Amino acid sequence: MSMNSTGRPTHIGTGADITAHGAALLPNEPLLFEIGDTHHSGVDLPEVQISTARLGGFERRSDLDLAGLTEPEAMRHYVRLSRLNHSIDGGFYPLGSCTMKHNPRLNEKVARLPGFADIHPLQPVSTVQGALELMQQLAHWLMTLTNTAAVALTPKAGAHGELLGMMAIKAAQDARGQGHRKVVLVPESAHGTNPATAAFLGYTVKPIPAREDGTVDVSAVKAALAPDVAAIMLTNPNTCGLFEPQVVEIAEAVHEAGAYFYCDGANFNAIMGVVRPGDLGIDAMHINLHKTFSTPHGGGGPGAGPVVLSQALAPFAPVPFVRKTGEGLELVEHAEGEALGRITAFHGQMGMYVRALTFMLSHGADGLAQAAKDAVLNANYIKARLGGAFSLPFPDYPTMHEVLFDDAFLKGTGITTLDFAKALIDEGFHPMTMYFPLVVHGAMLVEPTESESKQTLDQFCDVMLELAEDAKAGDATRFTAAPMKAPRRRLDETRAARQPVLRWDRGQDLPQAAE
Amino acid sequence: MRYLPHSEAERAEMLGVVGAAGIEALFSAVPNGALLKAPVDLPSHSPEFLVEAHMRTLAARNQAAGDGPFFVGAGAYRHHVPATVDHLIQRSEWLTAYTPYQPEISQGTLQMLFEFQTQVAKITGMEVANASLYDGSTGTAEAVLMARRLTKRSKIILSGGLHPQYRDVVKAYLRDDPGLVCLSASPDGQGDILDRIDVDTAAIVVQTPDFYGHLRNIEAAAQAAHAKGALLIVVVTEVISLGLLEAPGALGADIVVAEGQSIGNALNFGGPYVGLMATRKEFVRQMPGRLCGETVDANGERGFVLTLSTREQHIRREKATSNICTNSGLCALAFSIHMALLGEAGFTRLARLNHARACALADALETVAGVVLLNRTFFNEMTIRLNKPGAEVVEALAANGILAGVPVSRLVPDDPAVEDLVVLAATELTTDDDIAALVSGLKEVLA
Repeated sequence: MSMNSTGRPTHIGTGADITAHGAALLPNEPLLFEIGDTHHSGVDLPEVQISTARLGGFERRSDLDLAGLTEPEAMRHYVRLSRLNHSIDGGFYPLGSCTMKHNPRLNEKVARLPGFADIHPLQPVSTVQGALELMQQLAHWLMTLTNTAAVALTPKAGAHGELLGMMAIKAAQDARGQGHRKVVLVPESAHGTNPATAAFLGYTVKPIPAREDGTVDVSAVKAALAPDVAAIMLTNPNTCGLFEPQVVEIAEAVHEAGAYFYCDGANFNAIMGVVRPGDLGIDAMHINLHKTFSTPHGGGGPGAGPVVLSQALAPFAPVPFVRKTGEGLELVEHAEGEALGRITAFHGQMGMYVRALTFMLSHGADGLAQAAKDAVLNANYIKARLGGAFSLPFPDYPTMHEVLFDDAFLKGTGITTLDFAKALIDEGFHPMTMYFPLVVHGAMLVEPTESESKQTLDQFCDVMLELAEDAKAGDATRFTAAPMKAPRRRLDETRAARQPVLRWDRGQDLPQAAE
Repeated sequence: MRYLPHSEAERAEMLGVVGAAGIEALFSAVPNGALLKAPVDLPSHSPEFLVEAHMRTLAARNQAAGDGPFFVGAGAYRHHVPATVDHLIQRSEWLTAYTPYQPEISQGTLQMLFEFQTQVAKITGMEVANASLYDGSTGTAEAVLMARRLTKRSKIILSGGLHPQYRDVVKAYLRDDPGLVCLSASPDGQGDILDRIDVDTAAIVVQTPDFYGHLRNIEAAAQAAHAKGALLIVVVTEVISLGLLEAPGALGADIVVAEGQSIGNALNFGGPYVGLMATRKEFVRQMPGRLCGETVDANGERGFVLTLSTREQHIRREKATSNICTNSGLCALAFSIHMALLGEAGFTRLARLNHARACALADALETVAGVVLLNRTFFNEMTIRLNKPGAEVVEALAANGILAGVPVSRLVPDDPAVEDLVVLAATELTTDDDIAALVSGLKEVLA
């Protein structure tokens, strides 16, 4: 077996500037292409002679110019890069609408059992009965927690689940001879994925204004429910952190008008085990396993977005799904009747199913309800501690699992929501979600989750109060120059968009200082 | 409960600060009757060792690929993943970070994505790549929609060699769309796809190696498409083939979509995987998904940010190029680490090794009476015609511990023309003993 080549040609890499180490434990790490070269490799594979007879003349004629690293070099590169990230494990991450809760390591351990990780989606179903059983158990938990008739497990993320749910609604409307319904109602406070999904399917999006108190008015919905409305997409609890008090009346009005109720389940963490969305009259709702059920966010995925469906929409569920037969479990892989077909190859995010079910079994029905209650308690605690110094656009209702502030408290300080958020970075906290939802000015959406101790919440609140005091006292530099202690100062996003550099190229100049 | 930090005393103290009599008071907006009085009818919380035991029992009822001779492919492939990859992706800073919305404290993820985009662009031979999509199949559907936006034409022609489930996904995304032409699954050729291109055609979709393992002439497809002003979308389900075969970008592809699972990611019963998408620079503003770009910080130091987000749903809402939000970050990381460990030298050797193992498999299969190898060309996957129904043979071999491949009838039902076909893959993990076991098993079942 041939071993790694050694010796590094000198023509690769761009020179001395890239070897800067950075300060103390904050590395300044060069790009992989600046440290590696095309001869180095971190795998030992034999060099085999091949005949090109079966390649049809399509073999590669040019070099790839792809840098490689030996194993120790790779380890150091990725460990050093990792240190430049904030993470849940490393610190408080109160990103509203994202549910950055603790990711238990038992989930990771069991997901790596060969019986789950090393099975192929197309091996005979007789050899994967345990996997199908797991899918059935997960489906049972999701349907029980939501009191719904069916669940489609396959969507790969929340937005993919929305797409599936809205496809099911479209298919149901078509089947009822209601294909002329071309409008979807979406409250202004909705996630951007909602209108994007509706438009993706050819629907016209009609915004529903929020009331002064941050909730949706049933009379506004009724007024908008024309005969061409196919569905409403409503987030509940909504993105202002409020439970929609008229949700049942809204559902009734929607159904009466022959439309369906799509519920964005991004905020299910506030109510899991406490309120069953099926009892509120929803027809479809995606559940982000990577939010509510603790599968890791991984720097932006992979997620999983199973969709629960009401009796009315159940016949339109996509394939595949698991079905009991006399001999065991079978996988239905081809659409029958009115079903949608398939929205992804294979069977969805099995790796996430394993983690989510592990989390559910760990918590149990009692623990999940307690987690939801703690998440809501934590958000209300932050609201109570900060309410005096910060401005609350919707003070009337108790908040659910996240609390929304606006930027009225910063008026006259010359400090923006963005500046304020960046100052939090210097204090060791990940900022809250900013400028979302769009219905309040300079929004700051704080979601603590159930994972945070009172001690952490107090530390955060103390820092927030101190920052608010400084802002009001006119100490603008602490904010406008922030962050100063992070691996990078503020980055020039305009430049990135105007002169896009989306890949490394040989000989590419290191950037000049901003003009 | 081990995941919940509060004691009852702390809960009471916090409720006092909130000014609520009890936790129920915080749920006062929930309509009467909808607030549950008791937990739902599911088991109570459980200690770690019991949960693990439950999951182990389920896992034990599956036959892992590593348990015996294994030849299953058809869009997901069993390859060796270096131990370093799985160690690194479990580091807290990678595993438990979110989408890098705050670039100053997310430079690790952002630089990694920039490196990932560069790697994908290089192996596909394209100018730019995005920061990943869910998987190859949804990526194909996104590419089809992107081609329509770029050309402002509606007709899409899917080759008969496209993975049948990829075709199904495109069909679901374009439900009842008269512009979609799906050529029927064909183990012999890709049909008359090049003759079907006309001036209404937005794009043709060609997979290589195709579902049956055949290598397709991308250059000819590109020329035929471009002659009518249409685009060529190339789909690759076995990304390791790009270590040996000419990059689609060098042959005229306009959009390349690939399933990246083979590099760095386990089989996982079908997911999570990682979709790769690459295109020409001029098309980048119609590309879906996240993009990471280089810039400088206030001190003039190089740094990275998510960019061109005016294409995306959180800015553009109903005018976005796609509704995608979360993508496949951690799988992209696994891909990128494995690809960095391979480098050009390792990637090339790995691809050659895969082809060599497949040649050994093909040679052995051709010695079995009742087996006809359909491929004149292949990378690491091939189709055989049997003298018995494929599903029956695969099931019989599975009963003997041999996972022999995918009967085409599983993916293309009710078509007598494919009933006796099985698609098999070999990888660097396929040993001579595995092949010998398959051959003797086949001889027994087919006799």
